[in-house]
Amino acid sequence: MTTPANLQKRIQRVEMCDIVKRFPGVLANNKVCIEVNAGEVLALLGENGAGKSTLMRQLYGLYRPDGGQILIDGQPQVFHSPADAIAAGIGMIHQHFMLVPTLTVAQNVALGLKSSREPQLDLERVSKRIQELAQAYGLKVDPEAYVWQLSVGEQQRVEIIKALYRGASIIILDEPTAVLTPQEVNDLFVTLKRMTQEGHGLVFISHKLHEVMAISDRIAVLRDGQMIGSRPAKGVTRDDLVKMMVGREVKPLAPQPLQTGPVCLGISGLRAMGDRGTEALRGVDLEIHASEIVGVAGVSGNGQRELAQCLAGLRKNTAGTIQLNGQDITQASLLERMAAGQSYIPEERMRDGAIREFSVQENLFLRDHAAPQYTNGIFLNFARMAARTREVIQQYSIKAPGGDTPIKNLSGGNIQKLIMARELSRQPKALIAAQPTRGVDIGATEYIHQRLLEQRANGTAILLISEDLDEIRTLSDRIAVMYEGQIIGIVARGEATVEQIGLMMAGIPLQETRAKASA
Amino acid sequence: MNELFSLAVITGILTSAIRLATPYLFAAVGEAFAQSSGVVNLGVDGIMLVGAFVAFYVTLQTGNLWLAVLAAALVGLLMGLLMSLISVTLKAEQGISGIGLYMFGLGLSSLLFKLLVGTVQTIDGFKVIKIPLLGDIPMIGEIFFQHSLPVYAAFLLVPVAWWFLEKTTWGLKIKAVGQNPAAADSLGVSVDKVRYFSVCLGSVLAGLAGASLSTALVNLFQENLTAGLGFIAVALVYFGGWKPAGILVGALLFSTVNAFQLWMQVLGVNISSDVAVMLPYLLTIAALVFATNRVRQPAALNKPFERGEN
Repeated sequence: MTTPANLQKRIQRVEMCDIVKRFPGVLANNKVCIEVNAGEVLALLGENGAGKSTLMRQLYGLYRPDGGQILIDGQPQVFHSPADAIAAGIGMIHQHFMLVPTLTVAQNVALGLKSSREPQLDLERVSKRIQELAQAYGLKVDPEAYVWQLSVGEQQRVEIIKALYRGASIIILDEPTAVLTPQEVNDLFVTLKRMTQEGHGLVFISHKLHEVMAISDRIAVLRDGQMIGSRPAKGVTRDDLVKMMVGREVKPLAPQPLQTGPVCLGISGLRAMGDRGTEALRGVDLEIHASEIVGVAGVSGNGQRELAQCLAGLRKNTAGTIQLNGQDITQASLLERMAAGQSYIPEERMRDGAIREFSVQENLFLRDHAAPQYTNGIFLNFARMAARTREVIQQYSIKAPGGDTPIKNLSGGNIQKLIMARELSRQPKALIAAQPTRGVDIGATEYIHQRLLEQRANGTAILLISEDLDEIRTLSDRIAVMYEGQIIGIVARGEATVEQIGLMMAGIPLQETRAKASA
Repeated sequence: MNELFSLAVITGILTSAIRLATPYLFAAVGEAFAQSSGVVNLGVDGIMLVGAFVAFYVTLQTGNLWLAVLAAALVGLLMGLLMSLISVTLKAEQGISGIGLYMFGLGLSSLLFKLLVGTVQTIDGFKVIKIPLLGDIPMIGEIFFQHSLPVYAAFLLVPVAWWFLEKTTWGLKIKAVGQNPAAADSLGVSVDKVRYFSVCLGSVLAGLAGASLSTALVNLFQENLTAGLGFIAVALVYFGGWKPAGILVGALLFSTVNAFQLWMQVLGVNISSDVAVMLPYLLTIAALVFATNRVRQPAALNKPFERGEN
């Protein structure tokens, strides 16, 4: 069986017309219209918060539109829940996978479906069907494996199989490449091509321009809840798309090489345990010089988080040393590290970097509230603090109504700018920046990147940990690739291709790739 | 002290242990259903008390044990609906609402007992049914095959619950809702419906646990008859790792200790009865400290579900 039987009643065309969706205080979708046809990939491009996911969640029945219409092959539809959308032939692969880790692949696929032997499960039959689908679409997966045992790429394949199993003919993919290695992205694209050949219509949500340009037939751009326009993917340029997304031109950064200084942050033989009780860092050696950005690339979960935490002093190492300007800070407390000139921008900004309910001003002074210039004896000097807050809001162009606004009302990008302002204000000698632009829009990302480069020019040693390979490649003077708790290789700017770095992220050292290439 | 280890006494202890495991099994298996779907119901003891009283009272009035069991199941269902309404629909903190339900059950059963009965009386409960042939085996027969119907039912519940949780579409939904409600929701499974069902099923079983106590084990009712037994049942769910088989092991362990302390008192072993009564509770604490296997704990336990949180 090459063509799945459940594709018999294939949807030819889905239209969403004049969709309006309001959330308290936000107009998430303002009269948005899109259409998807069988056999094509429509990319939905836009910044975080532009309303892409909201729009698609309405097509999948998770939200009800406040206005507008959904038409399938010309017939108006009302979806009260995902069950209705699934029944109509819509599938969705969510950004955060909707899988139950403690269940097997087959159990995850069978969840919520009638069994042929109701009330008993018939997992053998489900497994057989999964294998048929896997065969037809090139989605290799073991139906008996538990989901927690699977890699992220495999989990995504399970998600796609889940949608196909339910006979979805229009499939929405919400930021499907965010968690994948470059190689896994290629595999995914092969699968997506196969799906369009089989007559599926796909909606590909993303904010990564080159991916969108590589995979889609048409590109629709959303900004601030409005449809800015839709273009055929052929002939469109990166600059056109950025302009549509951001509303102005954004020039790509091209940092100039700098004369680097002496070693500032020296890490040697660093070992540490992870949260699951396994060794997360297995001997990390890395040196970061003054006026240098060292990027740490790697698939998430290979020790980057633990490395950042060890350096920040939030996680105890079991072996190895950390030196800051020749001073051993391995055993130093957080306060001592700060005093020695180290700053830290944490990965989870809302959990470790700021307090949601606190105001801009309070968050800005979380650390330096006891500094002599902001105190009168044991009392806080609010006038000084307010003045400094106004200064920072101006200087870092933080979009906030005022210093007393709780930061939960700010966008991710503005919160991150605030944290940057706090961490950079004391001119750190070393800066650990973990995922500084994750979930941050292009405008703010551009700003944060410029700040990091400025800091580098000022002589700071910067360790940049990021899952965004483009970011790493743009900013880093040297790229260290982490794999299973070790640095598998360090390459200078421009020394390795994306593919080579991708292979390093998958655990294949550069020498091996090169040897193969020359053989 | 030596007579404690005679063959007859050991047989007696083990027979009691099987009998005493009954309410633990009903209540803990029921709680396992609720917890597997992500709801901690700390009101088990309260539901048991009301169930125990209602079953006792119906038997006292009508002499019909089946009607008594039905009535206990019904009040269990009603209290389960109340718990679901509070914790699932209104999304109240589960621990607090469960304790509220317990206090309610404790107060209601005491009040009804004082108003309608007043003094402790005994009833004719379920009769012992000796299983033909098997019941005649020396020792084994007495220990395992000479019990009343609710005792057999409680042990039969264990494989049935396992089958339900592991082998049916409903069991799959319950576990999925307890581990990742958003995933279940995205596949069109109604999280609320599954949780209502699981909590109510668990509460019906808690009602039956109470009924088994008042109509098959002690054949009477008094204020706070359960003496915290429902809380031990909640602990047993953790101890058993949310698996019916694990709960069976835990229930037998507790009932054996309980039977042992009862026999110590009967035989007049020179230990203060207060200390003896304390034993099962001390064991609860010890068991929970050592049962550290939280791997299978439903990840969404104690967390109300709201769609759209990202």
